[in-house]
Amino acid sequence: MQSKFSHYAARVIGLGRKGCDVVEALGRATVFLAQSAVGVPSREGWSLWLRQMHFVGVLSLAIVLVSGLFIGMVLALQGYTILVDFGAEQALGQMVALSLLRELAPVVAALLFAGRAGSALTAEIGLMKATEQLTSMEMIGVDPLRRVVAPRLWAGFVALPILTVGFSVVGIWGGYLVGVEWLGVFEGSYWSNMQASVSFIDDIGNGMIKSVVFALVVTWIAVFQGYDLVPTSEGISRATTRTVVYSSLAVLGLDFVLTAVMFGGL
Amino acid sequence: MFDNISKTLFFKLPALSRFILTRFGIEMKVNQHMTDVPFIQVEDIHFSRGDNDIFRGVSMIIPRGKVTAIMGPSGTGKTTLLKLIGGQLTPDRGRILIDGQDVHRLSRKALFALRKRMGMLFQSGALFSDLDVFENVAFPLRVHTDLPDTMIRDLVLLKLQAVGLRGARHLTPAELSGGMARRVALARAVALDPELILYDEPFVGQDPISMGVLVQLIKRLNQALSLTSVVVSHDIKETLSIADYLYLIADGQVVAHGSPSTLEVNQDPRVSQFMHGEPDGPVPFHYPAETLYRDILGHDLAIKAG
Repeated sequence: MQSKFSHYAARVIGLGRKGCDVVEALGRATVFLAQSAVGVPSREGWSLWLRQMHFVGVLSLAIVLVSGLFIGMVLALQGYTILVDFGAEQALGQMVALSLLRELAPVVAALLFAGRAGSALTAEIGLMKATEQLTSMEMIGVDPLRRVVAPRLWAGFVALPILTVGFSVVGIWGGYLVGVEWLGVFEGSYWSNMQASVSFIDDIGNGMIKSVVFALVVTWIAVFQGYDLVPTSEGISRATTRTVVYSSLAVLGLDFVLTAVMFGGL
Repeated sequence: MFDNISKTLFFKLPALSRFILTRFGIEMKVNQHMTDVPFIQVEDIHFSRGDNDIFRGVSMIIPRGKVTAIMGPSGTGKTTLLKLIGGQLTPDRGRILIDGQDVHRLSRKALFALRKRMGMLFQSGALFSDLDVFENVAFPLRVHTDLPDTMIRDLVLLKLQAVGLRGARHLTPAELSGGMARRVALARAVALDPELILYDEPFVGQDPISMGVLVQLIKRLNQALSLTSVVVSHDIKETLSIADYLYLIADGQVVAHGSPSTLEVNQDPRVSQFMHGEPDGPVPFHYPAETLYRDILGHDLAIKAG
């Protein structure tokens, strides 16, 4: 009886300790974000940011655009087979554009960004920590949060919404290739139905808001996981995995919440 | 003739770079202080990691303008002590004053301002892997000064000349050996001619020629610029040849301190065992464990006999 009680007590204590750890990590992450993202960048800060825009944004272009193209093509193909049963294949442009702008572009671009750029950010910062580069920077009197973390954070914040725009544009073009060029949907109705049904604020605007939120969350998770990891090879590997898992779950969870608020009439 | 010139240049380097920095308005506070006030005061430091007590009441006074060595067996927390002095770790109890400022009570901004006056040589070198050798040494000059590029180039080449790696300026850290990386790290640590330099195992992995030059360099830097140097090292011979004062730490406490000559004749068995590198003595060579017989055979000899 006594041992059963102490067994449960130990479990409750363990649960409480885990809860405290989570709250503490959230607090650390918030302080980390405030210390690194807030502040006016120096002239050198701009050049560091540009460099990171190249690594985080430009180098992610290929995977994001190619994925956008294929997703647009698949959407058109799947949409056509359903719409043609109702004689509504002329609405294909509307379907492809709304699916991409409202949902698929922000979400899939964010997931790809987490896998391509987020994991690289975590591994890079983590390796800098493991090889004492961050510590030596501190001892030189340079704050690594300002010099290493801030440019990467801001590059992620800016790059993902731009990548999302690219994803949508290429996706709509992919839909055009399959729907109009291959399956024979009338070109005029593909574009005019799209023009008539897509609202700039409700569809494009809300999609971009989603993308900005995902950019904040994914980049924040990636750089914090890199900065806060245990500086060993195993620690880097675990943190990189955590970045992809947490970012993906956060993006999908937040997408539901945002969709409910934006389109669900909440 | 050329040898004489390079020798003269070598020993004049610190003074020369200091002269250039001063001309360009870089503040040099070295001689503005009274030299009899200790630069670092470590007061009753307690520090633990988990259940492991690393320091149990360590106190030290590190005088200004001298080379102070901290020695002790492996795992006694010498590097941890340097990190405590640099403000990277916070003690559980006690305080550390650098030039009168309590390091662990400073704001983040004030701590970074204080660190501009320090240089630290890391055991691993800790060079920035995305920059080449030249840019690594130029880094502190670029971020903390407005010197023109030509002047930065000259200063960096002088520093690299001092550590014998002027010709390696275009190499990346990945192309350097461990010893070379540490010499580049030393050039970077002294790039701004700081008031305090913390050396973490500066002699490890150096060949005899580099070792001799490094020993001379640390000594010369200290004399020419009245720097305060703290050297953590295992290399007794080299350290004794440059240290003005020695602290020996073991079991989380300072077991002895004094000038090299007094410690060499110290009768305390812990001190003499370490100073003369004797395997037998109060400081065990083996990490605490059960007996070898028990580990291998599963029982002690005495139990078997019984």
